[in-house]
Amino acid sequence: MAERIGVYVCHCGSNIAGIIDVEEVARWAGGNLQDVVVAKDYKFMCSSSGQQMIEEDIKNHQLTRVVVAACSPQLHERTFRRACKNAGLNPYLFQMANIREHISWVTTDKKAATEKAKSLVAAAVRRVRLHRPLEPLPVEVNPRTLVVGGGIAGIQAALELADAGYPVILLEREPSIGGHMAQFDKTFPTLDCSACILTPRMSEAGQHPNITLLTYSELEEVSGSVGHFKVKIRKRARYVREDRCTGCGICVEKCPTKVRDDVFEAGLGVRKSIYIPFAQAVPRIPVLDTEHCIYFTRGKCQICGKFCPTDAIDYDQKDQILEYEVGNIILATGWKMFDCTRIPQYGYGRLPNVFTAMEFERMCNAAGPTGGKIVLRDGKTEPRRVAIIHCVGSRDVNYNEYCSGICCMAALKYGHLVLEKTNAEVYSFYIDMRTNQKGYEEFYQRLLEEGMKFIRGKVAEVTNADRSEEEKGRLVVQVEDTLTGRQRRIPVDMVILMGALEPQEDAMDLARKVGISCSSAGWFTERHPKLDPVATMTDGVFVAGCCQGPKDIPASVAQGAAAAARVAGLISRRTVWIEPVVASIDESKCSGCRICNNLCPFNAIEYDEQEGVSRVITALCKGCGTCIAACPAKAIAGNHFADDQILAELEGALWDASPEALLATFGKKEEQLELKVLNV
Amino acid sequence: MKYAFYPGCSLECSSAAYAQSIAAVCRLLGIELAEVEDWNCCGATEYHSLHRLTAAAVIARNLALVDGSLTELVAPCAACFLNLKKVDHQMSEDPAWASKVNAALAAGGLMYEPGRVKVRHLVEVLHSDVGEEGIRRRVKQPLRGLKVAPYYGCQIVRPYKDVDNTEYPMKLDELMSWVEAEVVPYPTKAACCGGHMTQISEAQAYELLRRLLQSAEDAGADVILTMCPMCQLNLDAYQSGVNSYFGTKFRIPILFFTQVLGLAFGLPLKQLGFGKEIVAAIPILKQKVPAALAAASAG
Repeated sequence: MAERIGVYVCHCGSNIAGIIDVEEVARWAGGNLQDVVVAKDYKFMCSSSGQQMIEEDIKNHQLTRVVVAACSPQLHERTFRRACKNAGLNPYLFQMANIREHISWVTTDKKAATEKAKSLVAAAVRRVRLHRPLEPLPVEVNPRTLVVGGGIAGIQAALELADAGYPVILLEREPSIGGHMAQFDKTFPTLDCSACILTPRMSEAGQHPNITLLTYSELEEVSGSVGHFKVKIRKRARYVREDRCTGCGICVEKCPTKVRDDVFEAGLGVRKSIYIPFAQAVPRIPVLDTEHCIYFTRGKCQICGKFCPTDAIDYDQKDQILEYEVGNIILATGWKMFDCTRIPQYGYGRLPNVFTAMEFERMCNAAGPTGGKIVLRDGKTEPRRVAIIHCVGSRDVNYNEYCSGICCMAALKYGHLVLEKTNAEVYSFYIDMRTNQKGYEEFYQRLLEEGMKFIRGKVAEVTNADRSEEEKGRLVVQVEDTLTGRQRRIPVDMVILMGALEPQEDAMDLARKVGISCSSAGWFTERHPKLDPVATMTDGVFVAGCCQGPKDIPASVAQGAAAAARVAGLISRRTVWIEPVVASIDESKCSGCRICNNLCPFNAIEYDEQEGVSRVITALCKGCGTCIAACPAKAIAGNHFADDQILAELEGALWDASPEALLATFGKKEEQLELKVLNV
Repeated sequence: MKYAFYPGCSLECSSAAYAQSIAAVCRLLGIELAEVEDWNCCGATEYHSLHRLTAAAVIARNLALVDGSLTELVAPCAACFLNLKKVDHQMSEDPAWASKVNAALAAGGLMYEPGRVKVRHLVEVLHSDVGEEGIRRRVKQPLRGLKVAPYYGCQIVRPYKDVDNTEYPMKLDELMSWVEAEVVPYPTKAACCGGHMTQISEAQAYELLRRLLQSAEDAGADVILTMCPMCQLNLDAYQSGVNSYFGTKFRIPILFFTQVLGLAFGLPLKQLGFGKEIVAAIPILKQKVPAALAAASAG
């Protein structure tokens, strides 16, 4: 029996219709393509009235297949599948032709665009005829969630889920949770003490009965899919037994070494070889750094072990690999600061009194290396004039084109702290002042009133090559003041570089492990930039906080909570339905050669020794097709990507390449077509 | 290692010390420099502002004359280097422009295929092709105790970014550290020397030169090392002019970097063109690196 196919061409406002003659495409498809019984164009096919039109047509015209030519299936395949399902049609008897991202957005040639749209529609029509009804596979959702990253976004996500009664593993690679927020002194624009608002959340996370805290640990491997991921975690050796340590700190006190602390103190302070990164650390269990430990480097010392009252130091401790099954994963891995030495003309690392923003944060912190005093690198001199340079590595084609979003506000905060704590003047050198959240503009006005000076211009260099008596012995900021149109040289004593926020060094590796993508800059890509900001293209993997892009604390917290809500929704449903787009092995053709077993990247193929055949574990299969291509006996078929479907699709796309393809696509010869077929 | 070599006019006379020291150092390092036959002046900075096509053709002629068996052309002068690199780059980027330039060359029976010759400055070749190991291996008289300010000027690092960091270049710094000279941090290392400004406006030129000299003195440098004949001439020949104009007392010898490399390699002074500089270098060298100087004088 012939299929009855409906073709729907979307205008997408002017996104598609501005380039492609959508009416012509619909008319052409309806008039020519074999088995097409209805062909329509419509302003917004994804709107409820668009969907309703399809549903009604399915019923009224007894459609057996549906093709929608619109945007990327990533956006609306689900929408239209649902419409099919509502009208009683199996949702997999639907195919989408992407005429927006693949055509109208990437060309200005209207004629060629319209012709290509016809080809893609013909391809979809040819393909959909061979679609077979499929049923989604139910998978039970493991209620446990893995949260990767213990900064404020991760802590928030973990607490939300734990409070809802679900078990959480909170993974952090540093010795303590807290992230960057733990390093800050004050938070803008309210000037709350950062530690005062963060540490209660940290200890709550540390003590919560539903949270398993794994610090000094990293994610090694992820397999499986939504509902039932398997994760391998490397718990690095601390050389301190967590079951015995009481956190008394005697080992730290007695350790005879001093090591520059490049992590928590941003290089401004020192720690010991065995250390607890900061006073409010969670957990309060030290870590032994073998790179600097005298015992590990020279074979003698063990003072920490001798003094430990609970015998908790274990020099033989090894890394442990822990395995868990989790239903969902939330990535909240944060950011790292731009390496300011990459802009040598700003002098960081060469001119001592040039500081990074993180160094300055630590300097302002009462618990930091200078006890909260704002002083020059000599540790005692108070600056008379401070320069704060914005956009160091941001909004700069040489480094990062994006705006880091938070630095203007942080610069204002620093300005306030300098004015409050010292008698110094403060200059801000900005390109544009960006203060666009609640209370932020007011904070900017406040700093203007407090007397912070603002010079609009990108700093050319910070130099110690003086040109006058006033400049002698000081740092000089050379800048074009774009508001007065003059070059200015401003002598200062201290320079603070507002370094860009950058993705973590290993963000791409992590993305690969969990199967999500990154932007070109390296930020994790969300499922939809506006409507689905914390989900990713991989079901069961969510993102929160700065790993998705630079953002401030309130936005990070909101995303942490949002990701948790999404996960809680999946858990409370108990079952998720996963795509039936999987491989299946025809056991009568399988010779048991096992080539596919090792090729499968998801370990989704098992071998039955007794029967001598391989089998696909459908819950693990992601339908990538590797095994299908590799099977020498052609015993493996891919649902929804079967050879006949792909070949038909190609035939449709290339309908004008040969008379045979033409005949197959239209069911008629060229001269019998109602509308003239144009050759491009 | 064999390269085509474009010496440029300055090396014929005002920078003879550069020419001599280049020859001596390259001979020792096994670098063969094959001088482009019948090369002509690069037109310096002025010609481009007067007539762009003629200027480009004058420069491209030299590129066209590079021996077909060689693919890299070394220019020791910053202005020549930039002119040659710029013309090759512009011809590569703009085929229509390239055919115009080639039409001009055709009058002399020449043709240049854009991109055929890679233009390089000598400092790049010594730093990257010879490399740290190759340089260190040749050091006979480590220059410990000699404080050098490496001066790059503007044309080698700008506008093209592939030679070194444009704002704070380091290749000459590293080269000098390999012969164990004490490299002082020189904040004005990539600032302009004024070029031909001395001929047009003394006041402007002297101020630019004063900044370079002051900054080297503040950094405690014994000598300033240059890699451009113009920079050397300006800083050396106008140093007394700067002093009388500002009432300063600078006495900083300005040497070509190859002269100091040669000293570290134990080459004789005569081969390195010492003594041609106006602010005499020998007294300070005698004081700071007596052994190296004694060895070089003996040779």
